[in-house]
Formats: sequence, structure tokens, C-alpha cells
Amino acid sequence: MTALVIAEHDKSHLRGGTANAITAAAKMGGEVHVLVAGSGSKAAADDAAKHAGVAKVLHVDSAVYDAGGAENFAALVVPMAKGYSHIVASATAFGKNVMPRVAALLDVAQVSEISAVVSADTFVRPIYAGNAFATVQSSDAIKVVTVRATGFDAAVAGGSASIESMPAAPDKGQSKVLSQELTRSTRPELAGARRIVSGGRGLASGENFKMLDALADKLGAAIGASRAAVDSGYCPNDYQVGQTGKIVAPELYVAIGISGAIQHLAGMKDSKVIVAINKDPEAPIFQVADYGLVGDLFQIVPELTQQL
Amino acid sequence: MKILVPVKRVVDFNVKVRVKADQSGVELANVKMSMNPFDEISVEEALKLKEAGKATEVIVVSAGVTACQETLRTALAMGADRAILVETDVELQPLAVAKLLKAVATKEGAGLVILGKQAIDDDANQTGQMLAALLDWPQATFASKVEIAEGSAKVTREIDGGLETVEVKLPAVITTDLRLNTPRYATLPNIMKAKKKPLETIKPDALGVDVAPRLKTLKVAEPGKRKAGVMVKDVSELVDKLKNEAKVI
Ligand SMILES: Cc1cc2nc3c(=O)[nH]c(=O)nc-3n(C[C@H](O)[C@H](O)[C@H](O)COP(=O)(O)OP(=O)(O)OC[C@H]3O[C@@H](n4cnc5c(N)ncnc54)[C@H](O)[C@@H]3O)c2cc1C
Ligand SMILES: Nc1ncnc2c1ncn2[C@@H]1O[C@H](COP(=O)(O)O)[C@@H](O)[C@H]1O
Repeated sequence: MTALVIAEHDKSHLRGGTANAITAAAKMGGEVHVLVAGSGSKAAADDAAKHAGVAKVLHVDSAVYDAGGAENFAALVVPMAKGYSHIVASATAFGKNVMPRVAALLDVAQVSEISAVVSADTFVRPIYAGNAFATVQSSDAIKVVTVRATGFDAAVAGGSASIESMPAAPDKGQSKVLSQELTRSTRPELAGARRIVSGGRGLASGENFKMLDALADKLGAAIGASRAAVDSGYCPNDYQVGQTGKIVAPELYVAIGISGAIQHLAGMKDSKVIVAINKDPEAPIFQVADYGLVGDLFQIVPELTQQL
Repeated sequence: MKILVPVKRVVDFNVKVRVKADQSGVELANVKMSMNPFDEISVEEALKLKEAGKATEVIVVSAGVTACQETLRTALAMGADRAILVETDVELQPLAVAKLLKAVATKEGAGLVILGKQAIDDDANQTGQMLAALLDWPQATFASKVEIAEGSAKVTREIDGGLETVEVKLPAVITTDLRLNTPRYATLPNIMKAKKKPLETIKPDALGVDVAPRLKTLKVAEPGKRKAGVMVKDVSELVDKLKNEAKVI
């Protein structure tokens, strides 16, 4: 039994919950191999090899994989799959895009966003926006699994895996990336942040939303948002926390002007400490908050920022 | 170009589901069912493309129990031209749905299939990608903008770091994200008209697809409950609690 983890990386380091996926893969019972693909990605392969629990790194140095397109990634992974019992990736935009394509080409099911490994063929995963957790058993020969990073600790340093070079598969030429518009920020990455300040419709404008910057800076926090705040254009789309956005579980989550809809709670209710600031004492967010403060956020947020 | 839009009947997004006492699943009796919200967005996008002269026909398809007809009628009332129900009582998993959709897309000669990125019941986020794989078509997932040109589509995708614009060759599979559009409501006259639109029913067997599930659900459990918190009276008390009680700052 061996699991293959499909890595996400920035050419020099693993990222996007790959280290958490390695931990999940190790729990599936066998050896763990990691596939690192992309041009100029030797440093990332070296980084993968240093993670505890990794036995072998497969490195493909080719620009075909730079854009992370599912068509080419699937064409690379599928011929390798026969040697593996599990194909694993983090449930990020990349993993969600690529892995079902791999699964279908192998004619196997995918188990999406597992939060726990019960055994080599049995996994726990949230359904209905996390209002229920299903324990599912796969009867397929190869298990294709995506991993919810918040369910597993990141694999730590301490390994010294071998690195093997592999050739690229031919470019399928079905799709090409024309441009990317990435949100630039010096703050921690939302998905793995230890502290998050998150804003909702209560902020009432993009201009007001910026008042979260000072608070986040004081806390060294990442900034998140509700769907309503994103839809209204107060902040970029990649800030969205929730069932259909990012899943987070920081030590501290401060929800400001967010009502606490099921879909939002789905993304943050595993946070260690939740603070809610809302003018409506009946807002459902207070039902999951450890500390609730009823009042006008436009007074509270500056005061809080100042007192920290 | 024909556009195929798969629509799933799911528990309405406003319902907070309850787990059954015997842990065999969630309580679905007397629960409001609706079209998966992402699929409303897909229908809307297909209709806009047709209105812009980029498509000739919008065909909606749903796989599942007889009651999926209601979901299809809703899509017809929004403006879709005709509907197909792939009828079965078997619990359908994404791979099986993708196989059914491949058969339908091929039979209909669809040039574009627009699915939702995720069904809000199983939260799988798989079917569109699987369908693209089975058809060997390119995929543009999590779309927030779609432009159709001659032989290709330009799609802006919501990714973890922001936005990405890809160009895919047609035929292709697109999956929709929340910000692609705002779906129209079905007006009363259109609901009446939809009753007369064609709705064909076929069985998985007739499409030559084995829909047997690959994943067995052993149990369904409630999530862990958070313990009740406290209300604080002001900012000073909050800061004090965070420092000295929770010790997170
Ligand atoms: C298919 C689907 C998927 C979805 N996915 C997500 C998702 O991933 N993430 C997500 O967040 N949502 C998601 N939603 C949307 C969700 O249902 C809610 O609509 C959304 O979370 C509401 O955002 P909000 O709390 O900011 O806005 P509202 O619900 O409008 O709440 C605003 C809150 O601000 C408070 N407020 C207003 N002014 C002030 C003030 N001056 N001071 C203090 N408080 C104030 C109000 O009391 C209110 O509680 C999804 C919905 C659907 C249908
Ligand atoms: N039974 C079904 N009938 C029609 N379409 C479906 C069905 N199941 C899934 N889909 C489509 O696939 C999308 C993604 O679903 P899923 O992969 O289950 O999260 C949905 O938004 C629908 O467009």
C-alpha cells in the first residue's frame, strides 16, 4: 500500500495544505510518495523530501504543469496511478479541480474533503454544509481522496526522502491560462492563518471594510469575509469563508457584522476561539461564539484596535 | 450550439438538516426541496448565451427520482427549451451522474455543458470535472465570467489566490461559481408556459450506464457541538477575556 500525494507549491515550498495532506495520507496505512510538478521546482521537491513521513518524491520539471491545469495534471497522474492504493491532494481550488478528473479517468469514486481517516478504505467527510458527518467506505481498488486541511496537522520537517526525476506527459493543449489577477497581501494566507478577522455585510461598503486592516495588523491576522461582503464588492473573492469558500480553523476568529448563516458557519465553526461583534443580539453567530459583543461595529472596531 | 445544463434537486439552502436518530442519514421527510443554487446560476448563464445568439437551444437534465420533474419544470419556467429526466431510485454518486451526463451530452450533440461547481447536499464538487474527463473535453471550473468565441470559451475562474482567466477549446465543460450572475425568477406566465414544454424521461439502462454506488455510507453523525459562550459588556472586558481567559492574544 502506497499513497501518492499531489503537491501544490510555489516552486520553492509546498503550500496550500499539502503538508496536511501528507499527514492524512500517512494515516491511510502505507508509504507516502509526493509528486511535485512544474518548471524550476527543484527546491519544492527538496522541501517535499524534508517532510517527515515522505518516503519518495517524484519530480517533474516541466512548464506544462505551471498553470496547474486539470487536463495535463490528470494525464500525468493517471498512468502512474496503478502503482498506488491512494491518490491524495488537499481540497484547495487546485485539488478540487484536478482530482475528480483523475478519479473519473481511473473509473473510481472520489472521496471529497475528508476530515478524518478511519482506515485504509474508510473516511469521514462533512455533508450538508458540515451539519452532518458521513463515514464512507470505498470499494474501489484505488482511492482518490481530497483532504480538508483543518482536519489534519501539517507534516513537520524531519524527513530525507529520495528524489526521482520523471518525464512530463505530452501537453494536451486543451486549455491555456491567459492571465491571473492575484490578491496581493503581506498578511498570512487565509486558509492556514492562526488568527482571522472577518467582515460581513454589516461593514456596508468597501471603504468601511478597510477598517479591518488596522485591526488585522494589530493581531497579525489574515482577513476573511462572508459571501455577502464579497458579492457586494467590499473585498476580493478569495476572502470568502464558508461552505463554498475557504474552510478555516484558526486559534482566533473575529466575526464582524456577520449574521452567521449556515453556509458561513460551515467554514469557520471549528475555530478554537470565536468572537462575534454584531448589533443584533439575536444574530445566529452568537450561538457559536465564545465571546459575543452586541453593539455598533463602527464604534467597537476602532476601540478594539486601539486597546490591543 | 446546444447547451446542456444538469440540475440537481437538493434540500433547500435555508433548511438546517437534522441527522436521523439511527444515524442512517439525514431527515428528508417533509423537508423543502429546491434546485441546487449553483444550477440556477448555470441555467441563467445558458439562457444569457442563447439570448446573445451564442447558443441555439438550452436543454436541462436531472438524474434521480420522479420528483426531479419539479426541478426541471422550474428550469423550463426560467426559459430552458426542453428537459430530460434520467429516472432512477438508486442513490446516485457523482461518477454515476457523470456517466449518465456523458451519454446524454453525446446523444444530444451538446457543444457546452454548464454545471454547478458543487451540490449543496453532498458538497462533492466532482461531477463537472468527471464529466469533462469522460468526454476528454477541457474543463473551466468555478467560473465567475464566461465569454464564448468561435471554437473557444474564455472563462474567468475563482481560485484560492484570486482570479484566473483561461481559454478552453470547445466543446467544453464549465462549472459555475456564485458570482457569475444573478439568476432570474420564473414569472407566473412562464411557469404556465413551462408546463407545455417537452420533458422526456429515460432510464439509466437505456443509456447503457451502470449507476451502482461505489461508496457505502456506514453512518451519518451530528457534528460536535460548541459549548455555549458568554456575552461581554464592552471592549475592555473582551480584551481581558481574550488575554487572560482564552489566552489567544
Ligand atoms: C449556494 C450558497 C452558498 C453560499 N456560500 C456561502 C459561503 O461560502 N460563505 C458565506 O459567508 N455565505 C455563503 N452563502 C450566503 C449565506 O447564506 C448568507 O447570505 C451570508 O453568509 C450572509 O452574509 P452576512 O452575514 O455578511 O450578511 P447578513 O446576513 O446580511 O448579516 C449582516 C449582519 O451585520 C450586522 N450589522 C449590520 N450593521 C451593523 C453594525 N453597524 N454593527 C454591528 N453589526 C451590524 C447585522 O445585524 C447582521 O447580523 C451561500 C449561500 C448560498 C445560497
Ligand atoms: N443527480 C444530478 N442530476 C443532475 N445534475 C447533477 C446531479 N448531481 C450533480 N449534478 C450536477 O453536478 C454539479 C456538481 O455536483 P456535485 O459534484 O455532486 O457537487 C451540480 O451542481 C449539478 O450541476
